[in-house]
Amino acid sequence: MGGYGLYVWGAYGVTFLLLGVEMALLVKRSRKCSETKT
Amino acid sequence: MTAQSVKWFWYASPQTFYPVAGVIARWCAAAAAVLCAAGLYIGFFVAPTDAQQGEAYRIIFIHVPAAWMSMFIYVVMAFWAAIGLAFNTRLSHMMASALAPTGALFTFIALWTGSFWGRPTWGTWWVWDARLTSELILLFLYLGFMALQAAIDDRRRAERAGALLAIVGVVNVPIIYYSVQWWNTLHQGASVSLTRAPSMAATMLTGMLIMALAFWMYSIAVTLVRVRCLILENQ
Amino acid sequence: MLEAARCIVVRDLLVAWRRRSDVATALLFFVIVTSLFPLGIGAEPDLLRLIAPGVIWVAALLSCMLSLGRLFAADHADGTLEQLLLSSAPLGVIAAAKALAHWLVAGVPLVLIAPLIALQYDLPAPLYPVLALSLLLGTPVLSLIGAIGAALTLGLRGGGVLLSLLVLPLYVPVLIMGAGSVEMAAAGLAPDGQLLLLAALLVVAAAFAPWAIAAALRISTE
Repeated sequence: MGGYGLYVWGAYGVTFLLLGVEMALLVKRSRKCSETKT
Repeated sequence: MTAQSVKWFWYASPQTFYPVAGVIARWCAAAAAVLCAAGLYIGFFVAPTDAQQGEAYRIIFIHVPAAWMSMFIYVVMAFWAAIGLAFNTRLSHMMASALAPTGALFTFIALWTGSFWGRPTWGTWWVWDARLTSELILLFLYLGFMALQAAIDDRRRAERAGALLAIVGVVNVPIIYYSVQWWNTLHQGASVSLTRAPSMAATMLTGMLIMALAFWMYSIAVTLVRVRCLILENQ
Repeated sequence: MLEAARCIVVRDLLVAWRRRSDVATALLFFVIVTSLFPLGIGAEPDLLRLIAPGVIWVAALLSCMLSLGRLFAADHADGTLEQLLLSSAPLGVIAAAKALAHWLVAGVPLVLIAPLIALQYDLPAPLYPVLALSLLLGTPVLSLIGAIGAALTLGLRGGGVLLSLLVLPLYVPVLIMGAGSVEMAAAGLAPDGQLLLLAALLVVAAAFAPWAIAAALRISTE
């Protein structure tokens, strides 16, 4: 990455980490509420 | 009342919307994955290295779409909030509540990636630039909305209070933006030259637009899944 | 209608007079906060002159926040608010009267005491009228916007902190224009533009905020 690796991967890594966390939390939440209600 | 509007109100009922939301969410999630892969491929392998900024400019492929989404989601949230207050439809309020966390997340991502772009390009992690500062205040507005809804136990009051706050916020966003911009010109000593890549190559623009579409699809999918959770939890 | 508004203003002023210490506390807070900055930053006259407009305005914002929590709380607790909601006068007018009373109690004293603080910061004398005028135009906006937040957070646990989270981001334009007008004048430029923008903010807030406050009160009390 031409010496900019830290910045590029820092930005992309955190972005996709956060999106992943949001999705994981949401999947957990939807499993929980569909289990208790059905 | 025409047949068309009856149909719209039919979909506004949470029970009928629940399965529809599931189908749309699944398709949007698939589209988001495909578009994201395509956008990243273009961003990393097709787009050429920028002459001035080197490889660091590749951050804008997520930074700019995230910044667009952060502002757009706030407007959509205020739109659903206004519909919810005007027509008293439960689903609209749920849409507004479901959009807020994703909007806040994209605002944070825009700030984070902007900071990682600014460090190599401007030589500093944070600049009190008009756009960055407005984005920071937008994050505060999102957090205020979520905090208000979380603090109210009565669900109906939480929805309506949040809706009013979102509307007041969306009226203020342009005023905040222009005042921050003016403030930025007053204190020019602290700011850095902010010109973006002067001539953006066509492939860069394509990559950015595809990533923006991917974020759109992601937001729709995540929001609809969250709406489904809210429908179940509130039954 | 105006009679009802006048009654509310007079009544709120009377209540504030009976609880003088509350008003004095907010004012004292303003004085103490502004006095802390030189202690933290250092007493270089040049530096103090530079930061004076910003410090005074930020302190005004915070001091205004302090009294907002009480704006509707007492009326809510003793049932007066429900009577006001049921009265024949439009709720928007009542809300505007409440905001006006808050400004008279919390905003006007700040305008009056600000020159004293400016003296401490060695602000040049020609800037005093600009500072006073900017506060005169800006503090009513703070009361109007703040009243929306106060109505939304009525009776919530941790309402005070939540209120500041909701309202402070919305105060940003007032802060920028208010402090900016004084800084413009300090730089030897005409501050008219900023003062006019502050006046425009005041007009817009006065036109729309009362209805938002009324809607918020309805939401919070139903």
